[in-house]
Amino acid sequence: MNATTSRRAFLASSSALTVGFCFLPALDGHAQPASSASAPAMPPALPGSLATNRRLDGWLRINADGTVTMFTGKVEFGQGILTALTQIVGDELDVKLSRIAILSGETGSTPNEGVTSGSLSIQDSGTALRYAAAETRALLLQAASLKLGQPVDALRVDDGMVSVGSSRISYWELSNAAMLQREASASIAPKLPSRHTLVGTSVPRLDIPAKVTGGVAYVQDMRLPGMLFGRVMRPNMPRATLLSVDEATVRSMPGVVAVVRDGSFLAVAARREEQAIAAAAALRASARWSAGTALPPSGPALFSHLQAQRTVDTVVSEKGGGAVASASSSSSTVTASASATTSADSKRFAQRYTRPYMAHASIGPSCAVAQWNDGGKLQVWSHTQGVYPLRADLAKALGVPTAAITVTHKQGSGCYGHNGADDVALDAALLARATGGVPVKLQWMREDEFAAEPLGSAMVVELSASTDASGRIVDWQHDVWSHTHSTRPNDPEGCNLLASWALAKPQHPGPARNIAQPSGASDRNAVPLYVFARQRVVNHLLVDTPIRTSALRTLGAYANVFALESFIDELAGAHGADPVEFRLRHLQDARARAVIERAATLAGWQGTVARDTMGAPRPVAAGVLRGRGIGFARYKNLAVYCAVVAEVSVDTKSGAVHVERALAVADAGQIINPDGLRNQIEGGMIQSTSWTLLEQVPHDTAHLLARNWGDYAILRFPRVPAVRVDLIDRPNERSLGVGEGAQGPMAAAIGNAFAQATGRRLRDLPLLPDPVLRVLA
Amino acid sequence: MTVTINLNGVARSSVATPDTPLLYVLRNDCDINSAKYGCGAAQCGACTVLLDGRPTRSCVTPCGSIGKAAVTTLEGLGTLDHLHPLQQAFIDEQAAQCGYCISGMIVAASALLASTPKPSEVEIREALAGHLCRCGTHSRIVRAVQRAAGVTA
Repeated sequence: MNATTSRRAFLASSSALTVGFCFLPALDGHAQPASSASAPAMPPALPGSLATNRRLDGWLRINADGTVTMFTGKVEFGQGILTALTQIVGDELDVKLSRIAILSGETGSTPNEGVTSGSLSIQDSGTALRYAAAETRALLLQAASLKLGQPVDALRVDDGMVSVGSSRISYWELSNAAMLQREASASIAPKLPSRHTLVGTSVPRLDIPAKVTGGVAYVQDMRLPGMLFGRVMRPNMPRATLLSVDEATVRSMPGVVAVVRDGSFLAVAARREEQAIAAAAALRASARWSAGTALPPSGPALFSHLQAQRTVDTVVSEKGGGAVASASSSSSTVTASASATTSADSKRFAQRYTRPYMAHASIGPSCAVAQWNDGGKLQVWSHTQGVYPLRADLAKALGVPTAAITVTHKQGSGCYGHNGADDVALDAALLARATGGVPVKLQWMREDEFAAEPLGSAMVVELSASTDASGRIVDWQHDVWSHTHSTRPNDPEGCNLLASWALAKPQHPGPARNIAQPSGASDRNAVPLYVFARQRVVNHLLVDTPIRTSALRTLGAYANVFALESFIDELAGAHGADPVEFRLRHLQDARARAVIERAATLAGWQGTVARDTMGAPRPVAAGVLRGRGIGFARYKNLAVYCAVVAEVSVDTKSGAVHVERALAVADAGQIINPDGLRNQIEGGMIQSTSWTLLEQVPHDTAHLLARNWGDYAILRFPRVPAVRVDLIDRPNERSLGVGEGAQGPMAAAIGNAFAQATGRRLRDLPLLPDPVLRVLA
Repeated sequence: MTVTINLNGVARSSVATPDTPLLYVLRNDCDINSAKYGCGAAQCGACTVLLDGRPTRSCVTPCGSIGKAAVTTLEGLGTLDHLHPLQQAFIDEQAAQCGYCISGMIVAASALLASTPKPSEVEIREALAGHLCRCGTHSRIVRAVQRAAGVTA
């Protein structure tokens, strides 16, 4: 988020423009008081991404042809963000949606808004566009007022036409480039929700029509004159070294234009796609590799292995002097605590929960198009989530200045975080360096994506708690062990593009990092929203990353919420309490209570006693058992509130768990597009069902073993639950990010429903038939 | 050596060798965007086209084996100006997130509706069981097929 263009640097140094805009007249009667005429040395704080992209013309352009161009640094990958942003602009500017053209994610042309991630796009880009559009409208009305000789208060605006009486003048006539060549002041208040006509409505997605009719929509659809097809060849052994390969034979294969070998990086370009595939297969057949990094053990041994590795430990939350006991290895028995610091009436409980390595598993493997021009300039088209960070790392890896590179976003398939999109961009650029200016489209095969994309880290969560005689939790300890959840491009201490580590002159990756609370990474949602007198949350970040990990949707929240919400239910069960009532007992946040209560109401949740899954196991009935469970989280403790009730059936003979149906209640503050919000929550519920029931990346101590979908099963239609989403609309609250709100609560609801059905508890994801049968035995 | 196929009612030629998967001929020689590369192993359904009305995985179908069979892609089912009822239904239900799987879904659904005009939900789920969606759009996809079929959910 810190890259600046030269013009921005120029403006930042001239404070005169800032002073000029403190005197804009109030419009709509709602403007904030203008800031002081004596401009402070520091520029005034601007909201959202205006803080780092301060010029109005960086965000909007009024065109003479009757269109408005909206610039955003956020990018579309199916979450509907571009449509939502146009709704905000349309409302604030008073123009029809059909007039708004979008430029999204291009270095040098759109604002630098870092990465589209963390469910922050409405908050960051939406806020910036909202204020920029409000101010732009004010400037246009000011100009209209002068032209028409009427006070601003007398003017009407309708779809870019300003009128008073029979006099009219349009935005397109009024506007000139100079009008927006100024810093935003954020002094014009955006419209009140009661004046919205687009925001809050389910405007259809702008990109869907092309996607259902075979229009050009994805980077994979790009066709440039003379374009070559590229393939890369990597083994499924991380950090293996290339010992030998027969390049000569491959160079002579039909259609092959270039073979690049740089250190252990191997790629081939050919005139036709099938020729590139054949050439890559030939490279694979002759390539000999050294062993790569030693990988951790797979299966249950993985987790104690991870807990024995080097960590950096951070106490991320401590309250009331911290918890009674520090983390210890898990115990599945109830211990009546008689320690010195607890009363004789309190009980102590402890459990361990785990999740394995998980894949993004995008349906469309990563792809990029790259072209070098005369003078050593590089153009890359990529479905990266962050064009500016990618550009920075490309510059490092290729040894060229960032000014020589343009990265333009083109859509890819859903990425769900940091998949191979950035890596393939470097692969394409390296290959295109050998094709004399001819563009190359480099497509990862399915096997490449499974072998090389960064994974979601395996995690261990240990929870312990004490309850008092009344059944209230008085003491809570959460310890999480995990690899990093963030190795995105543009780390100051390394280069995070895969090919760069394999070159003859290699880069090295950036170190494992945390993300600060309250957002967190491996500790995301580890700090409970429940209120306990004493709590302690510790993040054990594994320093070493033999299996490459990075951001997978929700980061650590999915596992932390699964763990703590399961543990809450287990504690409820140990006290004969209703899971809903037990949660409410410890929850003060009114909006959190509201989503839980509403979910319970809609689900017809009546006095249910949680099963005691920590006491002595009771016999499990045979046949198909049914149960219902609830899960709740406020994503990051900052974003959407989401409660989920799920109903599952468990076949005690086969071990199959079927999620029959699930209901989510979501509170996202002011809703921009209700249908878009539903789409994200439904999608999160179904994706989480897949993660929770099925997913784990197979590996051994040397290889990542998934090659195709047969090795990494994801949910298919017959097993998809019926899902329903209910929204609580709070238009006077700020909009909260929604894209990652459902996954954690859904996983917890499934696990809790399983416990309710069977009286047994599954604490290790995924909930596959074999572990199910073992726990039922 | 030239391969000729009957694509959406029009004869198209390609210099591809006969063992080249149809997918690459469609995308690279015939300007087809709809059928997509997803796995190359007939496991995900993103490449699905119709061959004489039958859903076929173009990523594993050699172009030389097509012969005179009619190849129909999403582009052949309907256009922005003349939407197929399924395309209209997918828009009406907003049945897409990233949309990468959707072409295969619609093509397969069109074959289902041709043989089973009023499918049950179970029949729809089974017809699409070989099609992967990672975004979790399944419930909307099913509703869109039901809508196009004129059956209530």
